[in-house]
Amino acid sequence: MTRSRLALWAVTLLVLVVAPLVFSKGFALSLLCQMGILVVFALSYNMLLGQTGLLSFGHAVYYGLGALFAIHVLNLNKVPTPFIPLVGGLAGLAFGLVFGYITTRRAGTTFAMITLGVGEMVAASSLMFPAFFGGEAGISGNRSQEPFFGLTFGPQIQVYYLIAAWLVICVVAMHALTRTPLGRMANAVRDNPERAQFVGYDPQRVRFLMVALSGFFAGVAGGLATLNYEIVSAESLSALTSGMVLLATFVGGVGFFAGPILGAIVITLMSTVLAGYTKAWPFYFGLLFLSTVLFVPGGLTGVVVLQKRLWDAGLLSRVAPVYVRMAVPGLVFVGGAVVAVEMAYRGVRLPGAWLGTFAAMAVGLLAARWLWRRESDRWAAALEALAGKAAP
Amino acid sequence: MELFFTSLLNGVTYGLLLFMLSSGLTLIFSMMGVLNFAHASFYMLGAYFGYVISSYVGFYPALLLAPLAVGAIGALIERYGMRRAHASGHLAELLFTFGLAFLIEEVVHLVWGKSPVPYRVPPSLDGPLFTLFSATFPTYKAFMMAVSVGMLAALYALLTRTRVGLLVQAALSKPDMVEALGHNVPRLFMLVFGGGVGLAALAGVIGGNAFVTEPGMAAAVGSIVFVVVVVGGLGSITGAFVASLAIGILQTFAVAVDYKLPFFDRVTVSQTAPVLPYLIMVLMLIARPRGLMGTRET
Repeated sequence: MTRSRLALWAVTLLVLVVAPLVFSKGFALSLLCQMGILVVFALSYNMLLGQTGLLSFGHAVYYGLGALFAIHVLNLNKVPTPFIPLVGGLAGLAFGLVFGYITTRRAGTTFAMITLGVGEMVAASSLMFPAFFGGEAGISGNRSQEPFFGLTFGPQIQVYYLIAAWLVICVVAMHALTRTPLGRMANAVRDNPERAQFVGYDPQRVRFLMVALSGFFAGVAGGLATLNYEIVSAESLSALTSGMVLLATFVGGVGFFAGPILGAIVITLMSTVLAGYTKAWPFYFGLLFLSTVLFVPGGLTGVVVLQKRLWDAGLLSRVAPVYVRMAVPGLVFVGGAVVAVEMAYRGVRLPGAWLGTFAAMAVGLLAARWLWRRESDRWAAALEALAGKAAP
Repeated sequence: MELFFTSLLNGVTYGLLLFMLSSGLTLIFSMMGVLNFAHASFYMLGAYFGYVISSYVGFYPALLLAPLAVGAIGALIERYGMRRAHASGHLAELLFTFGLAFLIEEVVHLVWGKSPVPYRVPPSLDGPLFTLFSATFPTYKAFMMAVSVGMLAALYALLTRTRVGLLVQAALSKPDMVEALGHNVPRLFMLVFGGGVGLAALAGVIGGNAFVTEPGMAAAVGSIVFVVVVVGGLGSITGAFVASLAIGILQTFAVAVDYKLPFFDRVTVSQTAPVLPYLIMVLMLIARPRGLMGTRET
């Protein structure tokens, strides 16, 4: 491990410890808790999508079932509160073993379809067994039981540090997993299953193990959610939750370990802070996702990493003018689009306002295209120079 | 007996509606090799467009105009979105349609709000058509059946009897060869996508007022359409037809049956109705990924 990596881990740890002291208001604290839970969930999802190349549409099954088992065990009053996430994790692991055995018999689109089917099946069976799944109202519990070493876990700050501790454990474990032979073979199975099979590994077995393990971490996230919200409803295993974790992970960037972390932070901020300003936040998030798919498949982390590589190679000063010049028409277009969305939401019916907005958007778009034709050479040259510096 | 016939007729109507959706989906899949996650969203757009257009010019013009408008939007999305995503592989394409479904639902939220809109059956089609064992059969259901069957016949004629249809069929199996012969295959893709999406919109126009026109309607029907396409066999229109009717009838009957399940004394058959299609789909994918009549695996 290089010194800069070590420093990054240390800074992350420090931020986790200090964050609640800086953002001590109730809202900010619950925001941090929400973020931590989603980070674990999204990282577990990326074990499949990014590391093994498996697109799953039903990952919420493990999260939701983990949360349900956690709340039922919590209500038994037998397991100390700090170990409840472990219960969720074990439930996630158990269902990961069962469903993983079914789903990983095929890869690619068939895998995606089976996960969709399993996800819908589990979500629909919540109607069949309302006693276990909680029905419409959900199941509530109480996290503050007998004090555990003097901690009751009643106050939010104690729950925050519990979530932070589990977060660190899970992140370290998942990062360590990428360094194990299994993690490496998962990458090989993603890139070329035939060759992986040729060197003596069974791709189906590798996929199965990855699904089961990722089910464990998703279950831990579910258990953490149980402690944080003290209520579990059938929504936690719905297709909506599966979709959200997919969107968050992809926007963050599937090709990097830190990608899902960034994605989880961004989506939490959008769903809470941005949602305070506009009801249209899912629309903006959907646009962000589509633009990621179309223009930057590496996600937000990919963009950041590219800038860092340009900086290291001393090329950032060459591309900075391109950014500045492109920013002007880009901002006009984006600003126009935001105004249009907000007007649609607020039901503005003035033809003049709409015409003006669309005109601004068109001008921004045309100017951006015209400018890009002149600037793209400089950009391409910088990227070429970067590739040239990296090669020797 | 009465229950049997009403359930059967309702099941067939629902199945035919499912077929209008699944035929377009399966055509798009067999041509471009990508499952269009947003297909049911275009069904929803069709219902909302039908509602808006019929409030200005009446129901019958809307029956034609709404699918055309949605089809045009679909063609534009194919041209400027899908084609770009296609360049970065199947995964990107699948994710693109997934994001599109999410976005369309949000657009509907923004423009029409979260509650259902009052999209009603036109007065000329309202009311009972005939009475069967003291249960009445509504005229509108017969109309729905007529439209779906007419569409099926038109689709069949288009695919087997016209030049465009033959080109589409040729491009299904050998796109490179068709392109080498001087035909514009990307434009054909655009046409098929627009057409398939237009069919879904037509289903939306006639289904939206029979059921409810609300933002959740895409999600409600979307996964069922996937079940139909997977069970019927990806790429097979006949398979989609058989599976649509089978799933439609199965779901209607399961809801109507009130027997208790063995071993689970508190669960009735009607409660299993939402689970059944997905169970069939998962079993089908494991045992026979080609589906009932598919020619290749997913």
